[in-house]
Amino acid sequence: MMDAKIPVGDLADKWNNYKDSSKLINPANRKKLDIIVVGTGLAGSSCAATLAEQGYNVKSFCFQDSARRAHSVAAQGGVNAAKNYKNDGDSVYRMFYDTIKGGDFRSREANVYRLAECSLALIDQAVAQGVPFAREYGGYLNNRSFGGVQVSRTFYARGQTGQQLMIGAYQALMRQVSAGKVKTYTRHEMLELVLVDGKARGIIARNLETGEIERHAANAVVLATGGYGKVYYLSTLAMGCNSSAIWRAHKKGAFLSGVSWIQFHPTCLPQIGETQSKLTLMSESLRNDGRIWVPKKSGDERVPNEIPEEERDYYLERRYPTFGNLSPRDISSRAAKERIDAGCGVGPMKNAVCLDFSKAIKEQGRDKIEEKYGNLFRMYDKINGVDAYKEPMLISPAAHFTMGGLWVDYDLMTTIPGLFALGEANFSDHGANRLGANSLLQSCVDGYFIAPYTIPNYLSGELKAEKVTTDHPSFAEAEDSVREQLSRFLNLKGHLSADHFHKTLGRLLYNKCGLSRTRESLQEAIVEIRALKKSFDHELKITGDEGVNSELEKAGRVSDFLELGELMCHDALQREESCGAHFREEYQTSDGEAVRNDKDFCYVSAWEWKGEGAEPELHKEPLVFETVQLTVRSYK
Amino acid sequence: MKLYLKVWRQEHKESKGNMVNYEVDGISAHMSFLEMLDLLNERLIGKGERVIEFDHDCREGICGACGMMINGRAHGPLTGTTTCQLHMRGFKDGETVYIEPFRATAFPVLRDLKIDRSAFDHIIQSGGYISASTGQAPESNSIPIAHEVTEAAFDAAACIGCGACVATCKNSSAALFTSAKISHLVLLPQGKLESADRVIKMVGQMDAEGFGHCSNTEACEVECPQEISVLHIGRMNYEYNKALLLKK
Repeated sequence: MMDAKIPVGDLADKWNNYKDSSKLINPANRKKLDIIVVGTGLAGSSCAATLAEQGYNVKSFCFQDSARRAHSVAAQGGVNAAKNYKNDGDSVYRMFYDTIKGGDFRSREANVYRLAECSLALIDQAVAQGVPFAREYGGYLNNRSFGGVQVSRTFYARGQTGQQLMIGAYQALMRQVSAGKVKTYTRHEMLELVLVDGKARGIIARNLETGEIERHAANAVVLATGGYGKVYYLSTLAMGCNSSAIWRAHKKGAFLSGVSWIQFHPTCLPQIGETQSKLTLMSESLRNDGRIWVPKKSGDERVPNEIPEEERDYYLERRYPTFGNLSPRDISSRAAKERIDAGCGVGPMKNAVCLDFSKAIKEQGRDKIEEKYGNLFRMYDKINGVDAYKEPMLISPAAHFTMGGLWVDYDLMTTIPGLFALGEANFSDHGANRLGANSLLQSCVDGYFIAPYTIPNYLSGELKAEKVTTDHPSFAEAEDSVREQLSRFLNLKGHLSADHFHKTLGRLLYNKCGLSRTRESLQEAIVEIRALKKSFDHELKITGDEGVNSELEKAGRVSDFLELGELMCHDALQREESCGAHFREEYQTSDGEAVRNDKDFCYVSAWEWKGEGAEPELHKEPLVFETVQLTVRSYK
Repeated sequence: MKLYLKVWRQEHKESKGNMVNYEVDGISAHMSFLEMLDLLNERLIGKGERVIEFDHDCREGICGACGMMINGRAHGPLTGTTTCQLHMRGFKDGETVYIEPFRATAFPVLRDLKIDRSAFDHIIQSGGYISASTGQAPESNSIPIAHEVTEAAFDAAACIGCGACVATCKNSSAALFTSAKISHLVLLPQGKLESADRVIKMVGQMDAEGFGHCSNTEACEVECPQEISVLHIGRMNYEYNKALLLKK
């Protein structure tokens, strides 16, 4: 049974109790301790900068050419905080409750409460760094509402909130580089975790510019490497997003949790061709003013503007009158899929729904809509050549955020001592479904406010530990396995590209372990993924050499996705209920709503790697709810 | 549609590169420019050849990773657009397209179209930040900031650091990039305190990295995917001169 080490005390006191009793390290001793942070998104940059400010020596790694380019930049809509600036009934407790409910009661109370609690300080921190959040004419911060909640608690910077928060964190990181407390390793990819006496003591990284394999030792390793939604190939993620760091840590003993909990974002641009590489996300904030509809009759061939009002089905407003177009993401995405599967989809591939602004433009004027969403309308026009002020946008659900990730305890430490996981790379706060604007929040809160307390708490016990250098045999062993894999890829005599396997895997997972799953589809998927892996191991073709080689980078990532994809299916198969983003068709009401089973499945899965070809072992962390009542999550 | 590509291929930083011809058919109008390159690379793999290396990541115009000279223009023919957001509907069947890396002394080519832009990181490290350590921040509404001021700061902060401004400038100047950061931070009350020191250090670093001087051609604003205004360069010069005077 997994122990999350939740502190004692009332829910509202737990984090303070933790901070009051956690172990500290004398400033003079901090400079004797080295920390590796992999990933430079919001979680990685903020954690690296904050630890460096405290006096630790930090090495920061990213595969991008600059820390600033991590995929946190792509988050558009906003970041939540329970400031209650709108005086509309918000509070830390309310935000905690919305998040727990939004996650379909599959997350830890204590973690979620801490997230809501720390949200207040995050806004202060970001403003101090110069993040230009939207302001009212009086000079005070503005807010908007977002899916799944009834208050306005989302802070935003036009449609670029992620980019602006990222610039704040990146600049904080650069400040520590100039102070000599952080050394950055850009264009470096972590390919192996190094354990010494069962503790995380370093990594093996490949310099993507020179091809050199490097050893790096430290007293603790932090993985802030983001989510693995790119496993579907077509997704809202950046092309380089990958699961390799967490998967390789998993194979070294870190458990993975809730891996099948993957959020499909309801407002993305639909697929229109086979060579497509990306499903661009249009901010969910568009749902504040856009109305979602499909034609009432299936197979309607008319273009949207020709379909009269009475023949349109505003299915979210119809099915969920209280939340309407602002229903949570999992519900909105599934409702779209339901209509598309019923033959009511629009667009050339009949795989989209309409997001219509005509009413909002009539009521508020085009200027107001342009001020709020101008950049998004421009982006839509650029990609599709269509003016969305005149015709509805066509949108479709796309793989987006992974609630699953490395299992961590309350300290954000994995099952490997000294290995921490932050942000989307861990599973911790969102349960089976993440609410909009909570992801920027979680990554920042983990990096600025949680890890800088919990990592020192761990390191205090390491001060007297033996100094490990990269000469240790564990480093040589890990390096050998990395070299062996790379040379195997380069020497394969196959004929198919890494992208070919990635796309095949993506299609397979989308159909069998996507927006909805069945026992049968998952069992089939496991067999098919194993066959695909076998084919990958023999038929892959990598051209080029050991230097700059994007195909060689992809090969390692796709290899890991193939193994992770199989685990996703195992995870979805064992959970015989529907909860949040996990919708098992066997478990639904007659009107298509999810049926959760709290009696048997009120736990978090934690998977242990048992070796190549062996079945993974399931461990469980029971979820104990002391404060909230488990209810049926209704947005009707 | 079929295109005739002339693509810059270069093995290593030190090696000499050259343009190589490729014919690519089966291109659809819906494809993005980078998807067209994906298609070509897929075919190169089939033939056992090394793929064309290029930087790209988010493919939605926000990370700033992609960037190449397309027919002599940074990020191609459209304004306000990154390479990844350029679509093939803007090209004609049978057209010849020249593809080269962003070129500047401070941006050495790593391989093919991939370049080293770490000089931009060095400029930010020299002072492109507000010194606010975690935990020091006051309540966020305690310093009201006028709506217009925030919006103006945002306009400058929107820079994605792609390097198109440098690539298009005949002097390879980083004035637009550097001045956008200076404007972003000096406009906000939180960033004002450090402004004199910041501008002197950042301008010094910009020179040290090997970027050229600005001679006001304003080409950078034309090619900037975020359409950042050259007026920021004016503000940088003003702040720089003010700082020098005050220093004396």
